[in-house]
Amino acid sequence: MPPAASSVLSDLRRSLAEAALRAGPAAAGRVGLGAAEIDAALSGGLERAALHEVYAAGTAGLAAATGFALGLALRAARGEAQGEAQEGAAGSGRPILWVRQDFVDAETGRLHAPGLNELGLDPARLLLVRARDGEGVLRAGAEGARCPALGAVLIEPWGEPRAFDLTASRRLALAAEGSGVTTLLLRVAAAEMPSAARTRWQVRPLASRALEANAPGGPAFGLRLLRQRGGAAEREWRVEWNRDRCAFESRTPFDRSDRLLPRRTDVPPLSRPLVPLSGDGQAAAAGPDSGLRRTG
Amino acid sequence: MQGNALRLVDCDRLAVRLGLTREMTLADARARIPGLVALEAEPLADREFLDGVAAFCDRFTPLVARDEPHGLMLDITGCAHLFGGEAEMLSLVRRVMDRLELGLRAAIAGTPDAARARSRFGPGADEVVPPGREEALLRSLPVAALDTDAGTVVALSRAGLKTLADLASRPSETLSARFGEALAVKLRRILGHEDRRITPLRPPPDCVVERHFAEPFADMASLEAVVVRLIGEAARVLEARGEGGRVFELGFFRSDGAVRRLAIETGRPSRDAGALLRLYRERIETLADPLDPGFGFDAIRLAVPLCEPLGTPQHSLDGRAVEEEAVADLVDRLVTRFGRDRVLRFAPQDTHHPVRAAKALSAAAPLPEAAWPEPEPEEPPARPLQLFEPPQPVEAVAEVPDGPPIRFRWRRLTHDVARAEGPERIAPEWWRAGGDEPVRDYYRVEDAQGRRFWLYRTGFYGAGGAPPRWFLHGLFA
Repeated sequence: MPPAASSVLSDLRRSLAEAALRAGPAAAGRVGLGAAEIDAALSGGLERAALHEVYAAGTAGLAAATGFALGLALRAARGEAQGEAQEGAAGSGRPILWVRQDFVDAETGRLHAPGLNELGLDPARLLLVRARDGEGVLRAGAEGARCPALGAVLIEPWGEPRAFDLTASRRLALAAEGSGVTTLLLRVAAAEMPSAARTRWQVRPLASRALEANAPGGPAFGLRLLRQRGGAAEREWRVEWNRDRCAFESRTPFDRSDRLLPRRTDVPPLSRPLVPLSGDGQAAAAGPDSGLRRTG
Repeated sequence: MQGNALRLVDCDRLAVRLGLTREMTLADARARIPGLVALEAEPLADREFLDGVAAFCDRFTPLVARDEPHGLMLDITGCAHLFGGEAEMLSLVRRVMDRLELGLRAAIAGTPDAARARSRFGPGADEVVPPGREEALLRSLPVAALDTDAGTVVALSRAGLKTLADLASRPSETLSARFGEALAVKLRRILGHEDRRITPLRPPPDCVVERHFAEPFADMASLEAVVVRLIGEAARVLEARGEGGRVFELGFFRSDGAVRRLAIETGRPSRDAGALLRLYRERIETLADPLDPGFGFDAIRLAVPLCEPLGTPQHSLDGRAVEEEAVADLVDRLVTRFGRDRVLRFAPQDTHHPVRAAKALSAAAPLPEAAWPEPEPEEPPARPLQLFEPPQPVEAVAEVPDGPPIRFRWRRLTHDVARAEGPERIAPEWWRAGGDEPVRDYYRVEDAQGRRFWLYRTGFYGAGGAPPRWFLHGLFA
């Protein structure tokens, strides 16, 4: 093949691929959460090419909201080849951009890559941008939302920066519609405010299903759909994140394991010895038969 | 200050005419000239100023070296014809320095040392030493041109050796036997028997394109037009070489001598004029102190200090490559806007220490190939999603000797533990610095509201010594 022809062919391939990239995800429609009941209520799931908001329920819900948003991003970023038929292969997918304000790191701890890995996100797929202020977060987020090659964009400002007004959220929503990238706005320590988001969720932590020896189980969330554009009124669900399937699973509210089993603190376990006397006088203060000691 | 006396470091022309010299004590100088204005010497500021002038001289040649303490050495090999020959270039330098109100003594010669000696001890006027005439012209200079210590100069003149010609007529062995080899080398260099290379302040870039303007201009729109043209030109040069640049540096030379440099970095070798232009605009937009044209720019240069081979890209049909390219472009834009250390990727580290298990690397550099361990199927996460660094101290009530906490207080809130797992003992890495910190026993706990925490205890109950302390290290989703 003469060199000119090969370069023409290469250019054609490129423009084809670019066209496919632009058209592909926008056509893909909706991202299901994986739990049949919720997907039915959302008529198939969250719109892929749109902005969605996740609010933490108070400061107690910070980590839970982060986990839920990450789950949504993982669902959205799964490669097209792995549809429902290949639920198992959760490892691969498109890259995820996470934009975080510095203050979030200080308040809730920085993102821990092994922990992300444990939730099903291969950290090699994550691109993290640390922005100093709300404006920077918004700018990086908008830049990401315009890039069709990303699987999802997670935007996490702290509180209510002035930059995040209705106009900003419209701009994000438009960028997401144009590129087909699911854009998630994770609001921590923020009050609800008007926005152009398609759905708004509030997440609180939920007691996990206990494992053997009363060990904590996998991530569980209490979800409340606060707002859905053109959809049903407020709804609540309880879900668990299943990392192996890369999907959320519903939990019925009357699940037996759901009930908390408070530890019996009045009787020390048989195998445990009582407080050994250490000579510093504290053992006596804690009471010889409680088996407990206060430190800190 | 030397030997407890304040001494003159340098004096201006008027002071020299009045009889002041270097090394004179300030008290002597004051006695002679009561109205003397003396300023404290600031070698660092002097050096900074010299660097500024060096940056300015970058417009004549990319090879500029400092010649401490007051000189600059410009290697103009192959540059002079751009300015209409050596004599014209020298007069241009003179004009420019006059405009900056800097005194100048300059000379052009075949070797750096010859030019230096001629500029300092020559006739004073700007001088171009014609090729081949170095030795003849330089032989007449005084021995002080050797730039050695005063003692040597005195010793030489006592021996009746006044000029370089006198020295050169002696066998070099006797000179080096008496005054050391360094003197003989210096003499050979000045007379052009030996050439040395200067070490430029900034390494010469692989590829340079530039534009000089007869009239300085301050209009930002035309500035961008010039940048567009320079980028296009550099892209063509790189394409002809089959290379792409990783770093692009734009130098804006202002007519008043200030030089502003802006660098653009790309994650992969690139010569895509469109993408580079977008990065340039991004860079301009994010400048904390905007580009100030002042009285106008009279030269603009685009240098590519770092080039790497880049073939003609071949595109596959699956679009994977296009996607990767799009992400790399996004990374470049983000890096340009937020800086290298704010756009990160994580690389796994071979260690069990929770803090060191992942390393955040700049996304501007390629990520090392390393796989993360597969999480254990059907097991809950063993490591938290968010990690506090440093860990947060908490007050805890726990079962002895190594039971999980039953209740703990963090950020003024009491959490009742409903579920717990542990301990998972993580010992410090003794082979590292700080490896003598105490062993940590980690617990995964869940409180009554369903929040999941990662806590650890250092020290043991009942072992004597300080009571154990509890820390909160991370939050699970």
